[in-house]
Amino acid sequence: MPEFEPRILAFCCHYCAYAAADLAGTVRIQYPPNVRILRVPCSGKVDPLHVMQAFESGVDGVLVAGCLEGGCHFQEGNLRARRRVENTCGVLDEVGIEPERLRMVNLSSAMGRDFASIVKQFTEELRKLGPSPLKNGARHREKIG
Amino acid sequence: MIVASRKNIRELKEMLAPYRRIVVLGCGTCVTVCLVGGEREAGMMASALRMTYRLDGAEKEIRDLTIERQCEDAFIDEVWKELAEADAILSMACGAGVQALAERFENKPVFPGADTQFIGVLQEQGVWTEKCIACGQCRIGSFGGICPLARCAKHLLNGPCGGSFDGKCEVNPETDCAWQLVCDRLTAIGEERRLEALVSPTDWSLSNEGGCRKIIRPDQRI
Repeated sequence: MPEFEPRILAFCCHYCAYAAADLAGTVRIQYPPNVRILRVPCSGKVDPLHVMQAFESGVDGVLVAGCLEGGCHFQEGNLRARRRVENTCGVLDEVGIEPERLRMVNLSSAMGRDFASIVKQFTEELRKLGPSPLKNGARHREKIG
Repeated sequence: MIVASRKNIRELKEMLAPYRRIVVLGCGTCVTVCLVGGEREAGMMASALRMTYRLDGAEKEIRDLTIERQCEDAFIDEVWKELAEADAILSMACGAGVQALAERFENKPVFPGADTQFIGVLQEQGVWTEKCIACGQCRIGSFGGICPLARCAKHLLNGPCGGSFDGKCEVNPETDCAWQLVCDRLTAIGEERRLEALVSPTDWSLSNEGGCRKIIRPDQRI
């Protein structure tokens, strides 16, 4: 049986994490192809509703990547994003989805290597967690249907 | 505005379990401002419920809609058809909105998605505080614009209890002593003399204690 390949959606801030991912590519640092990057103008722009809809659409994990604390282009968008992510983790827990599937990370645009290592680590952790339980639910429904 | 807080999804899941087609109805007024039951929160709730039922393999059709005000029939009419087709409605509005819906849909279950808390204000971003208990006989003018009925834990009308410390309430040290605020405010506006006047007891029959209230304005009737 092939190893489970998680699908990860990463909301990356234009000013840091997106540039870090770009840098990782430029200097040919390999990282798992499991991640799909969505560029946002600031991590503070990430709406918890978008995160919920991502999980509903079947992703196995969501990364919200903002600037280093104190380095936000918009002063404190990344700090707000962290609080929103923590709150959304609570909602996921109530729903019955492991809150570990949602994570906030902080990067600078120079941290291409760190971006790659975060994606690698998150991919490994999601492999251990297994597919999103929503997929199991859907499979269960197909079986009984 | 009316301030509310979101109910736990597990509680709502159990409440709505018997119904297949559910509409989560947001309200665009007070609960939008306190970030509990507006368009975004109704969307979040619908998404959360769809996922939690999917985990159980339960077949549900859950959608969200938001209207300007749930406490007015004219706005409910805008989504009448969609609500009529639902097996149950989860209202994200305050208790008034939930009941307005229940009155309009006699044979349809309507559930609250929020716990209505109080009449208050946005104190600072993300912080709401209670300011009014709707007693039906506003006497805030006697207290320099601060209501001791709503803000003093002991509802005292004729001066402080003596238990406050550093301007904070002895019941909850995180809350300002309402009477400290009244004294400071009356001093600031040069009306300290008001502190000497005796204030008569509250007539609670004018509040909800006297039963459900009703206001009729003949000049506004059609």
